[in-house]
Amino acid sequence: MGTDFFILMKQEFVLIAIIFILLFIKVGSKDWKNENILNLVNVLLLFNFVIGFFWNEDGILFNEMFKTNKLIITEKSILSLGTYIISLQSYSWLKNHKHVLEFYMLLLSTLVGMFFMISAGNLLMFYLGLELSTIPLAALANFDLEKRKSSEAAFKLIISSAFSSGLLLFGISLMYGTTGTLIFSELSQHLDGNPLQIFAFILLIAGFSFKISVVPFHLWTADVYEGAPVAVTSYLSVISKGAVLFVFVSVLYTVFKPLAVTWYNILFVLSVLTMITGNLFAIRQSNLKRFLAFSSIAQVGFILIGISGASQAGTASVIYFVLIYIFSNLGAFGVISLVSALTGKENIDDYKTFYKTNPLLSWILAISLFSLAGIPPTAGFFGKFFLLMAGAGQGNYVLITIAALNMIVSLYYYLKVVKAIFMDENETPIEKIAIPASPKLALFICIAGIVLTGLMSYIYEYIFSLTSAF
Amino acid sequence: MNEISITQILFVSTALFFIGMYGLFTRRNMITMLMAIELILNSVNINFVAFNKYLYPGKLDGVFFTIFVITIAAAEAAVAIAIIINLYRSHHSIDVDDASELKY
Repeated sequence: MGTDFFILMKQEFVLIAIIFILLFIKVGSKDWKNENILNLVNVLLLFNFVIGFFWNEDGILFNEMFKTNKLIITEKSILSLGTYIISLQSYSWLKNHKHVLEFYMLLLSTLVGMFFMISAGNLLMFYLGLELSTIPLAALANFDLEKRKSSEAAFKLIISSAFSSGLLLFGISLMYGTTGTLIFSELSQHLDGNPLQIFAFILLIAGFSFKISVVPFHLWTADVYEGAPVAVTSYLSVISKGAVLFVFVSVLYTVFKPLAVTWYNILFVLSVLTMITGNLFAIRQSNLKRFLAFSSIAQVGFILIGISGASQAGTASVIYFVLIYIFSNLGAFGVISLVSALTGKENIDDYKTFYKTNPLLSWILAISLFSLAGIPPTAGFFGKFFLLMAGAGQGNYVLITIAALNMIVSLYYYLKVVKAIFMDENETPIEKIAIPASPKLALFICIAGIVLTGLMSYIYEYIFSLTSAF
Repeated sequence: MNEISITQILFVSTALFFIGMYGLFTRRNMITMLMAIELILNSVNINFVAFNKYLYPGKLDGVFFTIFVITIAAAEAAVAIAIIINLYRSHHSIDVDDASELKY
């Protein structure tokens, strides 16, 4: 204990300190301008990202409630980077919003929850982190207080997340009943695959599937993505999904290793369903946010293939893909949030002739969509390549073939948007948009990430070397 | 008086879980849906306490978990009711069928 304690929990402490700074600004008598608050928060978030590179130590605290190692710190840094980019992007939306401080307090408390969830070594701690990361998100989804769609989205989010955590908890309680422990490292020794345990495990998987929107449990996703403000949508689609995926991978590979055959079959069915449904529904969407919601469901199907690889390559490819997915999805959402904040237009038809008026933004959107589709020079190709390689390691080529066919279908709808931007005619195009400095920085980070993460092979090698601890 | 066995308690808690599920899927009033979720969470609490008392009386893991579940359920209900109030201001109704702008 002593100073160890602070170093092991450094990222959590920095975030909590930022929340307290914002709280003091809120209760203080001095009136801060929105621009100053936004700049301050962005600097602090950058600091939070940078601190992930220093004083990295492995350790266990509080009787295995909290554990940390280099892999977990890297995962947290990826999430911090994503939050920093989202904070930069939401500049033009938050500049005129009345409740900037509350927005950041809620947003950062969800991030703290995710950090504790990733570090959890005990089912109780995991559950607390999960709830801390979902309850404030529902309040955030309602942040356009006067919009009807926003409150409907928030209600759908809180009811479905409460129901999913009910399922998860029932699974945890049965798991406790059959094994007698909540600690991850002891749990795996007591798993013998009796029917009650399998039932509890399926309930646990259902709870997880709700949070990462795998198909039978995906119904809330599109509605919430469409109704919530763009900044919250991008946070939901990238950060909260990424955090749950990180935990999902490590829990499946370490705690539920004795049940590997069971969860391999479950993942096979779920990933096929998820890819097909996500792709087919994405084709018929006209709202761009809704379109990206279904495309993100399809992407989760591909990630499940990587997870079913069940090896070192499985973990590494999932983390690598989430990193790339953060860059590509935030690139797309960055453009959408700029357009939506200034004109309120969100339909694909509104983006016709977008190239004539905003060539730079069109290229950024196009490159992000190419990366999401997985076209070779972009990083998205390498991400999907490693996911499929990890899945192919199991020798199930039926699954890989279905995934390859789904990638062709997904090309159709991604390119349909690109076609609307570059080729289609429209009488009333979106007028020229002046990009403020911080969204511009965010978009350049995204584009640099999309191009460089794929080309610099040592990023994948670094993540791969960290996962060898498993 | 006969001793109550763990099977009977688990029967109650599982029934409560599915009653809550049924209520969540059939009720159209938002507050009632929230109450159905509370039923699900309470069935979890019964499970934890029963398992702790009958099977693992040496440690208090299950009882502590129950306390946290109750606390979080309260927090969840507070946020949900705040959202419902805000929704009532714009929709003038707390029937879920009236909040159906987002579809397919």
